[in-house]
Amino acid sequence: MKLLGILIGCAIAAGGASNDSVLIRGADIYPVSSEPVKAASILVLDGKISEIGLKVVAPKGVRVLDGKGLRVYPGMIDSGTNLGLSEIELIRETVDTGELGEFMPQLRALASVNPDSEHFAVVRIAGITSAMTFPAGAGNDEGGGGRGRPPQYISGQAALIHTFGRTWEEMAISGPAAMYVQFPALGPTGGRGGPVPENVAGLAGETGARTFTEMMRTYQQEMAKLTDFFEEARRYQKAKTASLAGFVRDLKYEAMLPVLEGKLPVAIAAATPRAIHDAIKFAEKENVKIVIVQPRELGSAAAELKAKNIPVILGRVLALPRGQDEPYDEAFTLPAEAYKAGIKFAFGTFENQFVRNLPYQAATAVAFGLPQDEALKAITINPAQIWGAGDRLGSIETDKLADLIVTTGDPLEIQTQVKHVFIRGQEIELSSKQTRLYDKYLNRQ
Amino acid sequence: MRKSWIVTLAALAPVYAQNIVIQNATIMTVTKGTLEGSLVIKDGKIAEVGEKVMMPLNATVIDAGGQYIIPGIIDCHSHIAVDGSVNEGSVAVSSMVNIKDVINPEDIAIYRALAGGVTAANILHGSANPIGGQTIVLKMRWGRDAQGMIFEGALPGIKFALGENPKRPGNPPGGRGATQTVPARYPATRMGVEDTIREALNQAKAYKAEWDDYAAKVARGEHPLPPRKDLKLEPLKEVLEGKRYVHAHCYREDEILMLLRVADDYGFKIRTLQHVLEGYKVAQEIAASGTGASTFSDWWAFKIEAYDAIPYNAALMQKKGIVVSLNSDDDELIRHLNTEAAKAMKYGGVSETDALAMVTINPAKQLGIDSRVGSIEAGKDADLVIYDKYPLSDYAKVLKVLIDGRVYFDRNNDVNGRPAKALEKQKLLDKEKQSQPKPTGGRGPVQ
Repeated sequence: MKLLGILIGCAIAAGGASNDSVLIRGADIYPVSSEPVKAASILVLDGKISEIGLKVVAPKGVRVLDGKGLRVYPGMIDSGTNLGLSEIELIRETVDTGELGEFMPQLRALASVNPDSEHFAVVRIAGITSAMTFPAGAGNDEGGGGRGRPPQYISGQAALIHTFGRTWEEMAISGPAAMYVQFPALGPTGGRGGPVPENVAGLAGETGARTFTEMMRTYQQEMAKLTDFFEEARRYQKAKTASLAGFVRDLKYEAMLPVLEGKLPVAIAAATPRAIHDAIKFAEKENVKIVIVQPRELGSAAAELKAKNIPVILGRVLALPRGQDEPYDEAFTLPAEAYKAGIKFAFGTFENQFVRNLPYQAATAVAFGLPQDEALKAITINPAQIWGAGDRLGSIETDKLADLIVTTGDPLEIQTQVKHVFIRGQEIELSSKQTRLYDKYLNRQ
Repeated sequence: MRKSWIVTLAALAPVYAQNIVIQNATIMTVTKGTLEGSLVIKDGKIAEVGEKVMMPLNATVIDAGGQYIIPGIIDCHSHIAVDGSVNEGSVAVSSMVNIKDVINPEDIAIYRALAGGVTAANILHGSANPIGGQTIVLKMRWGRDAQGMIFEGALPGIKFALGENPKRPGNPPGGRGATQTVPARYPATRMGVEDTIREALNQAKAYKAEWDDYAAKVARGEHPLPPRKDLKLEPLKEVLEGKRYVHAHCYREDEILMLLRVADDYGFKIRTLQHVLEGYKVAQEIAASGTGASTFSDWWAFKIEAYDAIPYNAALMQKKGIVVSLNSDDDELIRHLNTEAAKAMKYGGVSETDALAMVTINPAKQLGIDSRVGSIEAGKDADLVIYDKYPLSDYAKVLKVLIDGRVYFDRNNDVNGRPAKALEKQKLLDKEKQSQPKPTGGRGPVQ
């Protein structure tokens, strides 16, 4: 089967025709943006979806793939990874997330993406055709005060990339897709313990921990620093616009311009309703677009997110509750809560080794109340729109990039097999380091 | 000692045991096929399973229409319920310490595991030592004390560990040239790990010979002085005698093979290889040795020795004749081992029953408790999980979990009980606040 795919690919390449055109015939098509169509065809020409219909004829020289009994979905998108930047977590030499420095908006994740990372093949054959890759561990574990480092406020530019390509330029879907800001939080944040509630924090003095007042002071100092940096960037913007005498180009402030102009959203990790509220207040004051990343609790912030049309990237669904007293299914039910509040959201896995489990994380949310079609949207069209690529990715519509997966069934079900993967219309060989090792040792005598 | 508390348990049993009939369910027995029918529980044991069953008198009836029942999930590698650190890392051989002594029955991870369908787990010492501490099998009897959680009659174990983790203390941060704040602890290499294990087994063998000699003399009617009891070597003597299971943490094929050969040399069997991420490379050697394998479904690349991990590992090892289980080694993953089993179907095409076996009867076999648990058969403990949907799907969730025929988790009760719990917590917080001295101003206490 695999071999056949390669042979066909070779035949096409040898024949001189482009290998990013194909007609998938007679499959059940799940466009996401519209109702599924049974036994229909999709024509892909030059990497783009050209035609969808019940009767589509393949132009001369275009390969035909029989999709009978199979389903076609848009390729899945993971909204939170370090793909290409982190190979083996525990070996620092293979990890390029978490640069030093407090304000580092000039850093580009994209240009440090290693296209030959083994992770790419592993995730794309599972149907993940694109991903956001962040310049820092999105769990605030690197650069952001973890490992005994000083806090980092701005980690750099996250990129939306395809999971296939020979160079990072080929993989790039757009330039930067978000500026990653590690927003100051009151007291200890995130992690398994979760934030300290105010009423408990107030008692902390007794145990030798920081008091609420002390935490508040640190928080205000950090907020002031962040605000100052934005203020400086804005002054730089004015100076540049006015072509003031003595204007000197500064790479940090230059990198902030798309943010200040509202062209590049700021991705802000905020775990609690309070942190979310503060982030929204900050974004309004600075007049910048924001995306909230990895909330652990929505609570009173849910209505605000909906009212202000602020999208959210939900972290791992298969996660422990923040504290001892939280319900066991706290993380399982969060997506349904976001859906009921009318918030636009997408899923991120936030750990490279679990990227391929993106659809299963989404499925767990379905078990705990999220409608199945909404779960599917949260790994296809929603992330495409949130990250500024809604016109090119995330659904099966004409003129969109042909990022398609052909499956034996519902991609959210573990037992479903991905039979074909197309990225920009190019069929991907379904092999990875892992399938090669499997083949090698399965046949060991 | 042990005998006395078994008696106590037996005396307690009738107090809470009751007759339960679960009706109209799809029952996946694992060992006797799947059927639509009912299940009868008497005195904590499965009394009958069938399409039609005899209704016992005074039975509580659970209608499970459209729902699925599987045997309670068993995790062959967990660290939940351990109070404090799981590692006694100061010595390379820490066989004298016992996880049984530090069980915290109030660890919330127990309840959460239970809510994920887990009814028993192998609680292991950490992996900082080539030979680690003693281990214990627990049932997730949430609400009972530490003693009440212990799986009565399950053979105890001991943790061995190979590869990166046990050699890490030999390579402290800062490198060899740096001024060490923590002194290096032998071993620092895989070579040293093998040597440490052989050295300890060598001592244990001599120690066992002393005791065997003593026993022989006693048998001949002599009155010798007994040898001195050695708390480090005692559990290793039990290993050599086949009275204690070895659960060995390992990753790479070289170290796996090394340990199998060391065990051959000392005449005992490794009970399970834990993690065993490169087990697929030496599957026939593992199969030939009769050793079990307990692995992750799809974890990889978190460290260099996990870089060749493949999600097909479980399937491939199973195909080559190894008894394979899927474990969690994690407080979160333990909550959905049912879908970890489904991954063995996806990666490598394991059958539904064989996949389910990897989280039920196979770990039971590996822990030597398969006559009691691991499948739905008359006479076995009524350790059961009820799912709302097909349990090898991410769309399924656990509705009820029974252990010894008693409901230990009920999703409805959990959800409905939340407002009352929140209220109770608020009351406690208010009370605590009132008992605190009034804050004296903006600043914290002077240290």
